[in-house]
Amino acid sequence: MTVTDRAASVVGGSVQLTRVSKVFGRGGTAVRALDQISLEVPPGEFTCLIGASGCGKSTLLSLVAGLEQSTSGTVSVSGRVAIMFQEPALFPWLTAAGNVELALRARGIGRADRRPQAAELLDTVHLSGFGGKRPHELSGGMRQRVALARALAQDADVLLMDEPFGALDAMTRDLLHDELDRVRAGRQLTILFVTHNVREAVRLGDRVVVLSSRPGRVVDEFAVPIERPRRIDSAPVAELAAKITDRLREEMSHGAR
Amino acid sequence: MAPGDERTSLPAYAERLAWLEAQDAVPPQEARVRRLAVRFWAALWPKVLAIAIVLAVWEVIHASGWKKLIFPGPGGTLANLWDQLRTGLLWHAIGTTAERAVIGFGLAVLIGAVIGGLVSRIAPLRAAVGSLITGLQTMPSIAWFPFAIILFGITTTAILFVIVMGAAPSIANGLIAGVDYTPPLLLRAGKMMGLRGLSLYRYLILPASLPAFVAGLRQGWAFAWRSLMAGELLVIIANQPSLGVLLSTDQDQADMQSATAIIIVILLLGILVHTLFSTADRSIRRRWGLAGTE
Repeated sequence: MTVTDRAASVVGGSVQLTRVSKVFGRGGTAVRALDQISLEVPPGEFTCLIGASGCGKSTLLSLVAGLEQSTSGTVSVSGRVAIMFQEPALFPWLTAAGNVELALRARGIGRADRRPQAAELLDTVHLSGFGGKRPHELSGGMRQRVALARALAQDADVLLMDEPFGALDAMTRDLLHDELDRVRAGRQLTILFVTHNVREAVRLGDRVVVLSSRPGRVVDEFAVPIERPRRIDSAPVAELAAKITDRLREEMSHGAR
Repeated sequence: MAPGDERTSLPAYAERLAWLEAQDAVPPQEARVRRLAVRFWAALWPKVLAIAIVLAVWEVIHASGWKKLIFPGPGGTLANLWDQLRTGLLWHAIGTTAERAVIGFGLAVLIGAVIGGLVSRIAPLRAAVGSLITGLQTMPSIAWFPFAIILFGITTTAILFVIVMGAAPSIANGLIAGVDYTPPLLLRAGKMMGLRGLSLYRYLILPASLPAFVAGLRQGWAFAWRSLMAGELLVIIANQPSLGVLLSTDQDQADMQSATAIIIVILLLGILVHTLFSTADRSIRRRWGLAGTE
């Protein structure tokens, strides 16, 4: 069951999962992707979900997004939800600005306001002057920036991110981490960020939640008390990342047994 | 000026560089015209060469004396074509044929798009007629003529009917394929944006299916053109000169020169329309980044 409460968006969005399970298929071939997961993301928090592949991270996001239904348990979300995928998923027949404008249109923003608002959002992600370009004319990093601008155009309270920087090179990813920090600073944005890159999780999150594989369960969580601005190559980030990696390895060796 | 100055004074260096570049630069307008001319010539010369080779081979066969009495040479045929182009009859015939092509293909697009749209949306309808559409697509449209002639008589309607039967299934299938292959990721993104129902169709599914739809149109056109030519040879309407009527008359009078000239006209019209579709297809691909920009 998914409960969505849009009225609560004034105070910022939040996500609450209570003993959520998701089973794909039936009978002997059924796969239990998520098992009794309980997780709360309070308003304004940046939570990173980390786990080996097959731990149901993406499934979890789909449940929160309402793109899929849980088998049991409750998923409750307050506020508007937007999602970013590993691929930018931009519409190739529209320009960068057109993609952002379509999100504004879907939200019911009038024609006259769409253009200036889209320009402002592209400016927010450092893409002013690229509004007229089509997705294929932009680099991978720029496309993800447009996708971020499009997500912001949805005026979401909760932003779900499914390994959004996974396909980018390290330099571009670094820049986009800074960008995300900056974009978030001005807003009351609750973020649930899925990644398999431990350092990325520590660099970005207020909290890192570790999931086990098959079925996905919450096995541990770590607060990230490191002051911002952070750097992915700073000592405290590396130190905590090492600790989390050890925990993750331990979990994976359990799984392999 | 001391030699050292040149190295140290940067502004002077930049100025000199700008001056040098200005010497090389061609005014943008002139450069564009030149680029266009180069591209035009690059596209043109292979075609000119191919035509020259065909004419040469044709002339050699003619000169060899094979079927000397009936097989025309390129010279006589082209002269015949030129003569016909100066009379009103050929133009009248081209007009009739083109009009039928436009009306028939237009109807096929309309009907094909409506059927394709409905079938792609309504699951039971797809289960009912999905394979029927594919079956119709593979059916040689000439087989429809007895049916059409009995139903509509020797009329333009009979010809148009067969054009629609030939072309509409391809057009419907193009649209259905386009809707089916809308990338699931884009659908998820669209739904998360809040696109639902009709707006999901208008802003996401229809634009996403455009390339497949254009491919369907192109194939539909090929079927329409074939059906039309077959129809004009089978359904001869008195006092309505068309390319088919001219061909049929030439056959009756064993006028090989004129028949060949008309075939050339039909070929050229086919190439012309094909070029229009290719241009549309290419411009979509370029806009979407599906093809390299040459």
